[in-house]
Amino acid sequence: MTSAVARRRGAGAWRLPITAVIVLVVAYLIILAGVVSQSHVSQNLTTADALSQAQAQFINAVTIGAIYALIALGYTMVYGIIELINFAHGEIFMCGSFVSWWLLTTLGFSGAINDPILLLGIIVLSFVVSMLVMGVVGVVIERLAYRPLRNAPRLAPLITAIGVSFILQNIVFVAISNSIVTIPQIIPNTTLTLGPLTISLINLFVIVLAVGLMVALQLFIGRTRLGRAMRSTAIDRDAAQLMGVDINTTIALTFFIGSALAGAAGVVQGLYFGITVFNIGFQAGLKAFTAAVLGGIGNTTGAALGGFVIGFLEVISSVWGQGRWSEAVVFGMLVLVLVFRPTGILGQQLGDRA
Amino acid sequence: MSGNPGTTAPAWRAMLGRVGTYLASHQSMSIVLGLAITAALLPLIVLLPPLNGFGTQKDWVNGFADAGVFVLLAIGLNVVVGLAGLLDLGYAAFFAIGAYTYAYGASSFTGLDIPFWPMLLVGAIVAAMFGVLLGAPTLRLRGDYLAIVTLGFGEIVPVVFLNADTYTKGTNGITGLAQPSAYGLFGVNGFGFTNPWPYFVTVVAIIAVAFIFLYRLQDSRIGRAWVAIREDELAAASMGINTVTTKLLAFSIGASTSGLAGVFFAAKLSIVSPDQFGFTVSFTALAMVVLGGMGNIWGVAVGAFIVYEIQTQGLKQLGSFVQSLHIPAFALGPVTLDLGAINFLNFQYLLYGLALVAMMLLRPEGLFPSRRRRSELHETPEEAAESNEEIVQA
Repeated sequence: MTSAVARRRGAGAWRLPITAVIVLVVAYLIILAGVVSQSHVSQNLTTADALSQAQAQFINAVTIGAIYALIALGYTMVYGIIELINFAHGEIFMCGSFVSWWLLTTLGFSGAINDPILLLGIIVLSFVVSMLVMGVVGVVIERLAYRPLRNAPRLAPLITAIGVSFILQNIVFVAISNSIVTIPQIIPNTTLTLGPLTISLINLFVIVLAVGLMVALQLFIGRTRLGRAMRSTAIDRDAAQLMGVDINTTIALTFFIGSALAGAAGVVQGLYFGITVFNIGFQAGLKAFTAAVLGGIGNTTGAALGGFVIGFLEVISSVWGQGRWSEAVVFGMLVLVLVFRPTGILGQQLGDRA
Repeated sequence: MSGNPGTTAPAWRAMLGRVGTYLASHQSMSIVLGLAITAALLPLIVLLPPLNGFGTQKDWVNGFADAGVFVLLAIGLNVVVGLAGLLDLGYAAFFAIGAYTYAYGASSFTGLDIPFWPMLLVGAIVAAMFGVLLGAPTLRLRGDYLAIVTLGFGEIVPVVFLNADTYTKGTNGITGLAQPSAYGLFGVNGFGFTNPWPYFVTVVAIIAVAFIFLYRLQDSRIGRAWVAIREDELAAASMGINTVTTKLLAFSIGASTSGLAGVFFAAKLSIVSPDQFGFTVSFTALAMVVLGGMGNIWGVAVGAFIVYEIQTQGLKQLGSFVQSLHIPAFALGPVTLDLGAINFLNFQYLLYGLALVAMMLLRPEGLFPSRRRRSELHETPEEAAESNEEIVQA
């Protein structure tokens, strides 16, 4: 038994980095091929140009992937602990972007902030506010809409989740705006050169932030008492309760963390794209869910990896000149993965298909 | 007039009793009769105030014909969600497939000119085929994965119709679809655009056929198998029910009803375009099923009708009512609130969302519940355990 666990953990420990490296290399090659093939259509590119374009697209993909990964973590955590597809999660992301819009416009910003200390302060402030607000919203949703249905037939909380998603979306639609809203892009548009790598400040910031949050989450789940409570609740709720874990608090905490991460993704959306709209959460949520399924639902590292894969898929389809098909590609991928490999690419956990 | 009420009253009552027993043993007849009475009464009710102030009888009947499309969608989705307990969130995809099937069969775009009536069947079959194609691999998965796969499918289908513009004319859609024709029956030839009555009668007839079909299925061996799967899939499987084929059947029958609705919808509008079949259509149909009472065909149909009328007439009238009050705009913090300027139609989906959550929390069996569904949804695991204990003790 112990050796089996150890063996599985050993295999899992290697599987992630290997898969990650394979994904990165393959994605880069496909992007490069796409740049080259498309360049022949319009003009002749030098090798250096093609390489730098491919690199820019690659970084763009990683950045978009980081946003999906942050959202996917919330999906996968909630699913892992109460086996509910929280359809409202994408809307939490959308609301997070609106919170950062509200904050930045209320504070009177409209463009880049050049003072580094002020910039840092405002960024920290907007992340803290958005993550706190969305975390609380997530806990409230769980308390009001999902907890009363915890023992109801499976269909009931799913339908409730759809309802909550429409409530959030339409509150924003009715109360704030029915069209695209511009969010001030406060990070200046500067490019950094790190050895052979050219990367703009915003991309670097998003990637570092997302990876930092993911590492923090991993440490929290893996190393703290509360994280252990979450893991044990996910494995066997009744047994965890018998061991003295407060189930309600643990589930609420899961919702708080998941929603806070989605809130952070919302802020990133504003900083990186500079726009948001009331219905942005639906598709983003669906793509992030695809990411969670890709990584093996319930598996947080898998969800992060899945998010990056979705980012690559999107950018690859646009590099190959098929951007309008990116949604169809992603959802087609979702169907295929669910049908042929429901445990995800990392192939762990949740084997049950009943 | 007659001085002997003592003998006429029992005769009258006996007559009624005979009709009652006849209808009780002939379900299809009672469906036809019930729908016929409803269809005859509805255009009369709208002549009464205040309804006649909201539009002419023609407008109302036109609205009823449109409502019929949603009634069809809802009773079809009811088979999937209400009877078999599978959450299908991409239901609008089959609606779109039905509509585009008619567009291909009866428009100048393809040059084909197949009459409306056979196309109803074709649309239903094509939609059912797509239902099988999607369902066959995915129905083996657990229920909530099915929800997400159908959601994805529901997103892909309009995207395909939008992007494959060589075959679908993209965002403009296919226009100039042929009108249905009654070939001179009741003096009607082509249905045209101005007269809503033929559409109304047609949709009631389609609903009647669907009703009879679905009621018979529900009371058959297959219907019982659906309910068994909904209640406990493992137990159903161990009783010898092939859960995959049975679920697939529910899924494809739901899809075919949606396809049927799509053909009618396309023929009535005479245009199909990708934006008509977004997620909101699936969501509206789901709200209708949940509100009406999952599993109860009549309840779902009535729920769909009421929801549709609230959405098209109720919110509009509420808007003009509030506007007529002339409430001055007032400030609420940073937001200025002008009630007169509010478009209440914008609140439609917010209301559906609230309704879905409220129904699930307070009255999961719906407004018009089926008896079986009510008892199932109101039984907590503790109660179930208790009733099992009682059985054991007995």
